[in-house]
Amino acid sequence: MLELIQYDFFANAILAALLASICCGIIGTYIVARRMVFVGGGVTHASFGGIGIAYYLGLNPIIGAAVFSILSAFGINYFTQRGNVRQDSSIAIWWSLGMAIGIVFIAITPGYAPNLMSFLFGSILAITNIDLIFMGVLSVLVLLLFLLFFRLIVAISFDEEFARARNLPVTFFNYLLMALSALVIVASIRISGVILVLSLLTIPQSTANLFSKKFGTIMMLSIVIGFVGMITGLIFSYYTDLPSGATIILILTAFFGLGKLISWLKTIGLKSR
Amino acid sequence: MTEKLIDIKGLTVVYDTKVVLEDANFSLFENDFVGVIGPNGGGKTTLLKAILGLVKPVSGEIIFSEKLGNKGGDIGYLPQVNKFDSRFPISVFEVILSGLTDQKNWFRSVSKQDKEKVDAIIDELGIRKIAKKSIGELSGGQMQRAFLGRALVSDPKLLVLDEPDTYVDNQFEGELYRKLVELNRQMAILLVSHDVGTISTYVKSIACVNRHLHYHPSNIISQDQLASYNCPIQMITHGSVPHTVLETHHHSASK
Repeated sequence: MLELIQYDFFANAILAALLASICCGIIGTYIVARRMVFVGGGVTHASFGGIGIAYYLGLNPIIGAAVFSILSAFGINYFTQRGNVRQDSSIAIWWSLGMAIGIVFIAITPGYAPNLMSFLFGSILAITNIDLIFMGVLSVLVLLLFLLFFRLIVAISFDEEFARARNLPVTFFNYLLMALSALVIVASIRISGVILVLSLLTIPQSTANLFSKKFGTIMMLSIVIGFVGMITGLIFSYYTDLPSGATIILILTAFFGLGKLISWLKTIGLKSR
Repeated sequence: MTEKLIDIKGLTVVYDTKVVLEDANFSLFENDFVGVIGPNGGGKTTLLKAILGLVKPVSGEIIFSEKLGNKGGDIGYLPQVNKFDSRFPISVFEVILSGLTDQKNWFRSVSKQDKEKVDAIIDELGIRKIAKKSIGELSGGQMQRAFLGRALVSDPKLLVLDEPDTYVDNQFEGELYRKLVELNRQMAILLVSHDVGTISTYVKSIACVNRHLHYHPSNIISQDQLASYNCPIQMITHGSVPHTVLETHHHSASK
């Protein structure tokens, strides 16, 4: 196994897994706690529109995805708050609109789009230096924001109205965190693809939540669970020649099952005492 | 001399096209203990939210005394309990701590004084046993205590409560009201309730809100008076005299 690390692509993949687990561990806990998982789903799929346009224009797809993800996150919010559209409908509109734009632009782009599959299903082994820089900057931003403003973020997430009554900068932080969440999703698309990325933001959190009911602890546990899961999945996929993104998700889900079993055995143990 | 904490003048609040509050005038003084009653959808909660700056009136103004800080930021608030996500990963201690987070300190980390203040409130309310529990593990009464702690931890000069008597048992209800009477020595209280009969024993005056606001400067109110205020609510009395609440500060639980 040691010889694996000597390969550049594998070292890059490990670094990507570390940065993604930091971003997803923190932002995912926020998204799960606020029950915004399906807003995340809408944003993820809507970002495909940006990938399509970037392909057509010959730009880096990540740039297109980043712009589209932020636009759709704000769009979902705007439709819900001002446009009198129900939130789930608003999500569905942006979700499918983004996908439709992506499909149309890829269709009108001459030639075959070779990397398309990697955006749909992820390919952590094909991660580029630019991706890594993007993820690194994002990790630092997310870490700083949550370290500096932890009490504010928890207060707003738990009870937005109470935070407003105390004159806290609720709207500003809502939009800031929404934009950051969108960017984290885009950065993670490289690892597990548009279709599977949501799981990186939810399965570690759900596993962590089995063992802790504290926001901060869940955040830290999620980072660890996410990282171990990604590395295990990566190694497993290398030896079995299975797609890395899907293997990572399967491993993370297996962790969740294991966690559930442990917590179940614990409650049985407590009862029999 | 008692100072005026809040002065509401000609307050009108409209949701979409529905007028919820119209030309409401009301003054709240230090030491006041006002029970806000009225039918569902009559605008009780809207009145509170306007005071807390959560809804914008279409006309009228709310003037805050300097004692309530910047724009009334120093008001203790206990919202209706049913709107919480009880599975949110937060402990009772953290809930109460969030009551200390305000404009002046949200960018700072939690100080030792903050923690001491939270601990003091936890002891005052007798909830040390549940301090480390997450809110999802609490009973209705315990949850109300935690949220009361959050409202009180900032030492507010005004405490605003929105139906704290829902989802709690009678024993806790009695305890809560006696606690409020005690707190009333240090702060003004504005209490929204649907249970006129019970709260009239504890409050000093009553505001009837049904689109319009009628202030009744006493805690004794009859069905006829309620009718004249256009406040069609069912009086539930727990004393021996039907339809009228006559007791003043009779503190033994009457149920």
